[in-house]
Amino acid sequence: MSTSTEISAPAGREPTAEVPPPPTRPRPGRRTDRVAYLFLLPWFAGLLLLTAAPLLGSLYLSFTKFNLLQSPTWNGFGNYVKLFTDDPRYLQSLKVTFIYVALTVPLQLGFALAVAVMLNRPMRGMALYRSIYYIPSLLGGSVAIAVIWGQLFDDDGVLNAFLAFFGVGGRSWISNPDTALYTLVLLNIWQFGSPMVIFLAGLKQIPQELYDAASVDGANAWRRFWSVTVPLLTPIIFFNVVLQIIQAFQAFTPAYVVSGGSGGPSDSTLFYTLYLYQQGFTNLNMGYASAMAWVLLLIIAIFTLINFGLARRWVYYEDR
Amino acid sequence: MTTLQHAPAARRRTRRWLTHLALIAGTLVMVYPLLWMVGGSFKDESDIFSQLNPFPSSLDPRNYIAGWTATDPTFTRFYVNSTLIAVLAVAGNVIACTLTAYAFARLEFRGKKVFFAIMLGSIMLPAHALLIPQYVLFFHLGWVNTYLPLVVPKFLATDAFFIFLMVQFIRTIPRTLDEAAMIDGCGKVRIFSRIILPLTGPVLITTAIFTFIWTYNDFFSQLIYLSYPSSETVPVALRRFVDATGDSSYGQLLAMSVLSLVPTFIVFLLAQRRIVEGIATTGLKG
Repeated sequence: MSTSTEISAPAGREPTAEVPPPPTRPRPGRRTDRVAYLFLLPWFAGLLLLTAAPLLGSLYLSFTKFNLLQSPTWNGFGNYVKLFTDDPRYLQSLKVTFIYVALTVPLQLGFALAVAVMLNRPMRGMALYRSIYYIPSLLGGSVAIAVIWGQLFDDDGVLNAFLAFFGVGGRSWISNPDTALYTLVLLNIWQFGSPMVIFLAGLKQIPQELYDAASVDGANAWRRFWSVTVPLLTPIIFFNVVLQIIQAFQAFTPAYVVSGGSGGPSDSTLFYTLYLYQQGFTNLNMGYASAMAWVLLLIIAIFTLINFGLARRWVYYEDR
Repeated sequence: MTTLQHAPAARRRTRRWLTHLALIAGTLVMVYPLLWMVGGSFKDESDIFSQLNPFPSSLDPRNYIAGWTATDPTFTRFYVNSTLIAVLAVAGNVIACTLTAYAFARLEFRGKKVFFAIMLGSIMLPAHALLIPQYVLFFHLGWVNTYLPLVVPKFLATDAFFIFLMVQFIRTIPRTLDEAAMIDGCGKVRIFSRIILPLTGPVLITTAIFTFIWTYNDFFSQLIYLSYPSSETVPVALRRFVDATGDSSYGQLLAMSVLSLVPTFIVFLLAQRRIVEGIATTGLKG
């Protein structure tokens, strides 16, 4: 640093008194860069106008009747009471969504982990397999894939053509209320690629010596998986569980496209967010939809908190 | 293969073949719906459903030509809309999130810890909790049926996830660079533009890629905000195409479905490594 005084000022810079930096610069603990607020201006504006105000706004609206065109009228807890006591379709949407979450999250993550373990060995073509298995999760959330899904599982769709090949009589899986939801569950499982990629990255972090040591101790592959892989992977499993639950609760596009926006047949694919959309934007019951939004927020928050609470019991961190 | 191997070579080879066999079988299941879609888009109406074989007998593009112009306006308009929205969203996210991230990573200001926590919390916030008041706001601004509700929020750094991603990245840039620049007389703004910004290339590209893919596929927002045919995007138009064509022209529907996936697919081909890395290291939703 002592040379800094000797360095001539860069060309074009006024040769002012060149105050050398104070030798013992105060630790930048309580210093404030006023320019920071300039950098933060867009974010502050967004936080205020598009996050904080809408969050409180929807809380307020959830206690009102509001149809967008007239000003909201106070309704107390009316919307909330109606949700749980006087709206079978809402309860149906809750049921559908919980079934969907309960099935897709474990199944999708199970597939993701199984395939990741298979791919996690030095093997020819591994990168290609990884890409192929990943692609559905990149494309799967799109309208196009939902359209295709509807066709595959329709009465003259591919699944039935396949079943007919074995002499099994098919039916429309999409327009049957007993099976429609499960075709959407399948669609989501099919998109196991992105958790798989996350698992793969985690698997690569597990030191080979642990497997070698386990082998020496006579553990077979199955035992090594449960005693080495799974415990060391729990932080990543946990991360994926939290993420997938949050996402699964908000699923919308496949149900909307496959059912033509209705959530049918017989409300069997009436996802929570689809019903919220219908109430808020088709029927313009925006107060009611806001109440639904807040209940969803609470549900997701509770599930996330439970997840973090349970994590102590089963998530293993090496540094503890 | 530097690891201990106990299984005899022959057994190992069998195991490897079995693994490949299982993976190839899986590949077929995974890819079949996509193949079926692409193949069907070249087939005659009557063959699409009656044939299990996804491969068409010829590559006749007439479903594409007919489908592209079957709507009013044509798909040209929808692709222009989608592209403009996605490009503007990318610009917005890259600019606004970088500015914000620099402040969080390098500058000192009052309430930094609290704001940082708020920023992190907002990542987890489900969009539906904000949806209706945002809609009311944009409605009163007269922005419904324009691009603005889909684009302006990006310029206000509402995709907090990318802020977080960039903060993490900027923290890995050695502070000695900042200090050296400071000694040379650079202020915080110039440190940002001359030192930090040029070094954030990789994370900016990741942000751009994922913003593009997410925005392009963000059906829900587009469905809500764009209801004039001329303002529709590709996903919304495709969805309406299902209703409009009904049971009559599945070939065209499949052709337009295939095309709607092309932009995402191209991005994937160009940036495969970065996408996979982005997901693996940060849990970005692919």
